[in-house]
Amino acid sequence: MTAASQPSAAVLDGQLLGRLDRRRPGLLVGSLASGALALVFIYCWGYQIANGIGVTGINRPVFWGFYIINFVFWIGISHAGTLISAILRVTKAEWRRPVTRSAEAITLFALAIGGLFPLIHLGRVAIFYYMVPYPNSRMLWPNFRSPLVWDIAAITTYIIGSALYLFLPLIPDAAVMRDRAAAGLRKRFYAVLALGWRGTAQQWHSLEWGIRILAVAIIPVAVSVHTIVSWDFAMTQTPGWKSTIFGPYFVVGAIFSGIAVLMIAMALLRRGLALDRFLTDRVFNNLGLLFVTMSLVWGYFTFAEHLTVWYSGDLFEKNVHHVLLHGDFAVPFWTMVVVNLVIPVAVLSFPRGRRPLPTALVGCGVLVGMWLERFLIVVPALSTPRLAYSIGDYMPSWVELGIMIGAVGVFACLYFTFTQLLPIVSVWEMREGWRHGGSGEAGGATSDAAATSGTAAAPVPGGGGA
Amino acid sequence: MTRWGMAIDLDRCTGCEACVVACAAENNIQTVGEEQAREGRAMHWLRIERYYEGEFPNVRTRFMPVLCQQCGAAPCEPVCPVYATYRNPEGLNAMVYSRCIGTRFCANNCPYTVRVFNWFDAEFPAPLDSQLNPDVSVRPGGVMEKCTFCVQRIQAGKDEAAQEERDVADGDIRTACQQSCPTKAIAFGDLEDPDSEVSKWAESPRAFSLLGDLDTRPGVVYLSGSEWREPAE
Repeated sequence: MTAASQPSAAVLDGQLLGRLDRRRPGLLVGSLASGALALVFIYCWGYQIANGIGVTGINRPVFWGFYIINFVFWIGISHAGTLISAILRVTKAEWRRPVTRSAEAITLFALAIGGLFPLIHLGRVAIFYYMVPYPNSRMLWPNFRSPLVWDIAAITTYIIGSALYLFLPLIPDAAVMRDRAAAGLRKRFYAVLALGWRGTAQQWHSLEWGIRILAVAIIPVAVSVHTIVSWDFAMTQTPGWKSTIFGPYFVVGAIFSGIAVLMIAMALLRRGLALDRFLTDRVFNNLGLLFVTMSLVWGYFTFAEHLTVWYSGDLFEKNVHHVLLHGDFAVPFWTMVVVNLVIPVAVLSFPRGRRPLPTALVGCGVLVGMWLERFLIVVPALSTPRLAYSIGDYMPSWVELGIMIGAVGVFACLYFTFTQLLPIVSVWEMREGWRHGGSGEAGGATSDAAATSGTAAAPVPGGGGA
Repeated sequence: MTRWGMAIDLDRCTGCEACVVACAAENNIQTVGEEQAREGRAMHWLRIERYYEGEFPNVRTRFMPVLCQQCGAAPCEPVCPVYATYRNPEGLNAMVYSRCIGTRFCANNCPYTVRVFNWFDAEFPAPLDSQLNPDVSVRPGGVMEKCTFCVQRIQAGKDEAAQEERDVADGDIRTACQQSCPTKAIAFGDLEDPDSEVSKWAESPRAFSLLGDLDTRPGVVYLSGSEWREPAE
């Protein structure tokens, strides 16, 4: 870290934890507003279950619509965290320290919501468990040839992995919270989370190893998840879907949208919680560089995908391609190109563009663009089937819109709650970073951290006006 | 072994849609109504595709009955996560309604777009409920369905032959669409039996498979003497 003055542990704790003790009306309002949106989500889903999947706008031939688009979108967002934070951890990037926690929380919550969408999408959600391999008297198994079954396996693995990956580095911070809290429900909550953490050298050693193993293990899991999501499309022989490039294309798109949401979240956190000291301009600069790189890679994949399709001259592929580039879907398509490629490159190529506000705004554009990308993958291919007689159209119903907007509410609600309960910036990792003086050497981490843990476990008097 | 198959002579088809009505009556297919049909949710296991040729006023219309092709290598089957659609030993792509959870993946992967979905629970207001075919289950909402080659008639034909202690003879089993076709444009039977009517039709130089390039090995063969071999632009 390149902070001008190195704050003491007490000041650091006060900065990061003291805020948890105070009431923050902004967060409360945010929680309530997002909670209301979450109710919209629940109402719409309930309405759909009661009345049938026909309350959506999907039809023949567009059998998949907003739910699948949002499924891919949210799973993409989930790559914000775990993957990015794991890569930064494995490469020992020092500037990861203030970022990882917020990114990992995004992952877990986005994944929880993304994982719900395929269920919302089902015609008969009550028997969704037919897709799960469970022992039953009829000796029936799910069809392991189906990409949807692969999805279930991949997403379940990813959600368990991400939860662990968020939880492990949280243990020492939960212990600090436990020791600071007055006796009561709050204290008991943190005590459970802290798992009896005492900050012994042995505990630090185990934690370090646990995080190290998980950080390496979670990277292939994250890559496989979005590859398998892409195979829901690429394994078919539907024109516009069958493509060998979809696996890496989806992974790149997922990381791209993941960084977008991370940029927005960090800009909001920095402003809302006054974390300028931790989420410095340098962090934004570095993430901005990563962001523009992903934009260019995404642009390259998009170009490669469409060029090969166009060049092949395949009749059915060309039909889909035509509605995308020149037909009914031309406006969303070119909007996507502008917000995903033109604007990010134009803004983020310059140091002035890699500051919190511009990066967050570019991030908002990229979120729209990446949502459009998924829309443009799902709908045009389905509405342009091989037999021209069945060419169709798709318009989402209010139920689909309600669930889509409501899902954002559920996500925000979970995120606000998390931010209110636990430090959104990892306190012990920040402190460790200060110890190292930003050298990036993690060699002596164990003993150093063990030494600081004494302070970590002790209540900090007067921290941040608690 | 039996491989049920169908041959449709497009040169005989007049596009009268008697087969469509017969199919709906035989198989308890729900009538979705005007509004739902406008949304693209009309449920036909068999549809007559119309293609127009030429410039007005010199326009010719060509008709093509399209139903589940009962593919030998069906793209719909591997993608179903719960084995709700599978290939039975007699070459039918069978649907297990009670197993279907409604992912609609099969329909997306069908190159012929012949699968239809129950968006809502079926309603058969009186007196329509009295004309339901007792041999065919009424599908609940949220379930995929498609042409079964009138599997209930196949079963009845086999039962009858078994009672009379003989093999099923060609022509014993007639599908609803075949039965109702005024121009006798449809033949149905065992493709493995070289003497069956459908096998002979399939041998015709006019015979072709719909979207044959995909090599889905359809159980439905079309016959046409004209340029129908090429897919329409």
